[in-house]
This record gives sequence, structure tokens and C-alpha cells, in this order.
Amino acid sequence: MNTTELINALVQDQAAPRWRLPAALRIGLAAGAVPAALAVLLWLGPRAGLLALLPTAPLLLKFATTLGLALCALALTLRLARPDGTPGAWPWGLATVALLLAGGVALELALAPAAEWGARLRGQNALACLILVPLLALPPLAGLLLALRQGAPRRPGLSGTLAGLAAGGVAAALYALHCVDDSPLFLAMWYGLGIGFTGLLGGLAGRIWLRW
Amino acid sequence: MQAGLAGDAAAYRRLLEALTPVLRARARRGFQRAGLPPAEAEDVVQEALLAIHLKRHSWDSARPLGPWLAAILRHKLVDALRRRPAAAHVPIDDLLEILPAEAPPEPVRGHELDRLLAQLGARQRDIVQALTVEGLSAREAAQRLRMSEGAVRVALHRALKTLALLTGRQAA
Repeated sequence: MNTTELINALVQDQAAPRWRLPAALRIGLAAGAVPAALAVLLWLGPRAGLLALLPTAPLLLKFATTLGLALCALALTLRLARPDGTPGAWPWGLATVALLLAGGVALELALAPAAEWGARLRGQNALACLILVPLLALPPLAGLLLALRQGAPRRPGLSGTLAGLAAGGVAAALYALHCVDDSPLFLAMWYGLGIGFTGLLGGLAGRIWLRW
Repeated sequence: MQAGLAGDAAAYRRLLEALTPVLRARARRGFQRAGLPPAEAEDVVQEALLAIHLKRHSWDSARPLGPWLAAILRHKLVDALRRRPAAAHVPIDDLLEILPAEAPPEPVRGHELDRLLAQLGARQRDIVQALTVEGLSAREAAQRLRMSEGAVRVALHRALKTLALLTGRQAA
């Protein structure tokens, strides 16, 4: 067909779409976070004494880093969902989260005797963390990717990775309600791996599903 | 573009027609740079128009249209160059000087979408063909195919989305 013929057809298609991605992303994430939250609260169960421990430094660090990562990754996902999107200042947010985590790790290494480092790194249930964080991240990741299909990201793989990190951050924060391993060493290693795996998964899925 | 988004069909047509030569010039330049015959760049122009249409809501009306358009065209150009065989990298700089540089005559034809049309269902293919090659309006096509005008528009929209998906899948 020639190009003017194509234009003739395009003009006839008047379904006027609107940019609803900000709301769609929030709904996708929230809809996915509900089953994940229910799984943590009803199936895994919150850890003993959660409320009393909430204002302590290790838990604050856990929630600040995981939720901070989720927030920055979500904002970047939204910005980069337009073909001409730019990251703005949000990469600095990611850097701040990384710095916060590095600070926590450094403090832990400085305060804990070297003989205990290994035990704190291994924690009580590293394997569960490694498996459950990506598993809990699956529903929010699916919700985000579904919403992102209305977007037009210049780099589908990168956008998928960011969606994966956002979902992983939310899943990790939820898992932290259950997890009893509080050392920043454990957080950096096992939560990090779990979230990283989710990001990888999101990147692969994005390359396939977010193509346009 | 704003009028087009608001559903003003005439303004939207004028916009797409005005954009086409700009897109074409850029697509041809991209093909030339990659050592490919610029005349074959029309498929990129058509895929870009299709993407511009289907993704027009992703333009932020507070920002200039140019960078958005350029980003879409670049995206489609990269896809097209990527799915070309490796022969695309053979340097033919010498040839280019001999080849006639003038633009081919209008109307300019693409082949990719015709090929992908074959993958649509019969009904959708009929509708797309009626609205493109035969140049009918949605209402005329509806009368011809004994459908409601709304059903034609819905089928057209689905068909365009499927075509866009198929062009993307090929690049994978």
C-alpha cells in the first residue's frame, strides 16, 4: 500500500486514547501488591514483636531502602515510558538509596566483631528470602508490565528492568514484615539478590512484551 | 496534533500528511548512512506513522512535538536496520555516488504492511484494504461489508494494533 492510503485508514480510526499511564501504573502495582501482602500476612505471618521493632534502625533501613528503591524505579519507569522521556533527577534517588545501604553495611562492619560477620550475612533463612522476594514480586511485576503496554518506552528492556526493580522493592518491603534477619549485611546480600533477580526477569519480559 | 487528539479528523489528516515528507527524508538518510537503498525506507515511514498514530497519547502536549517524533522514527529505523541481513554492512560508498539521488515519484509504496496484512483475519484484512487501497471512509466500508460503522472502526483499530505488534515482533 502507499503511504497516503495508510494515512486514510489512520484518520478513520478515531478512538481517542488518553495518557493514563500514571494511574494505570499505580493501579497495576497496587493490584499486584494486594495478593503479595495477603501472602505475607496470612500465609507467612508477621514476625513476632513487629510493632515494637518497627522504629529501630535495622528495620528503618530495610524499609527505607526497599521502598526508596521502589519509589525511584517506579518514577523512572513512568518517565521513560514516553518515547522522548528523560530520567530527570531520579537516578540520584537511586544513588541515594545505594549510599544509604552502603552506609548501613559500613556501620555494621564497624560495630560487629569480625567473627560474627559470616553468621550475620547468612542469617537464619537466606534461602527463603532469596526465593520469596521474587515470588512475591511476580503479581506487582505483572500488573506494572500490563499497564506499561500502553506506553512507548524507547528501551523496552530497560523499562522492564525498572518495573522489575519497583516490584522487587515492594515485595522486599512486604517480606521484611515477616523476615527476622535484620543485619544490613543480610539485607544487601539476599534482599539485593532477590530484587536483582526480579529486575532481570522484568528486563527479559520487557524485551518481549513492551516492544511496540 | 492537539486537534487530532481531540478527534478533528481533517486536522489530523493534514498533520500526518505534513509529517510524512519529514519522516521520509529522515528515514532515507538513515538508510543511506547504513548503506541501504533509500527508496526502500518507505516501510519505516509507514511503521513510524502507524506507531505515531497508535501511541499518540504518549506525547506530552506541554512539550514540543519534534523530539517525540524524532524518537519514534529513530526507534522504528533501528528496528528496521536490525532486521536487515548482514549484507547491510557492506560498504557501498562508491556506488552511492553513481546512483541517482533524486526522490522516487509519489505515491510512495511500502511492502511490509501488505505482507503483514496476510496474517490478519479475513474480515480485518477486508476492512483495512477497503480503507487504504480503495480509499473508502468508514461509513462507505460499513455499507459495503454490511456492518455497522462502529464495528468497522473497532475492527480497524484492532487490525492496526495487530499490524503494529507484528512489525515489532519481526524486529525481535
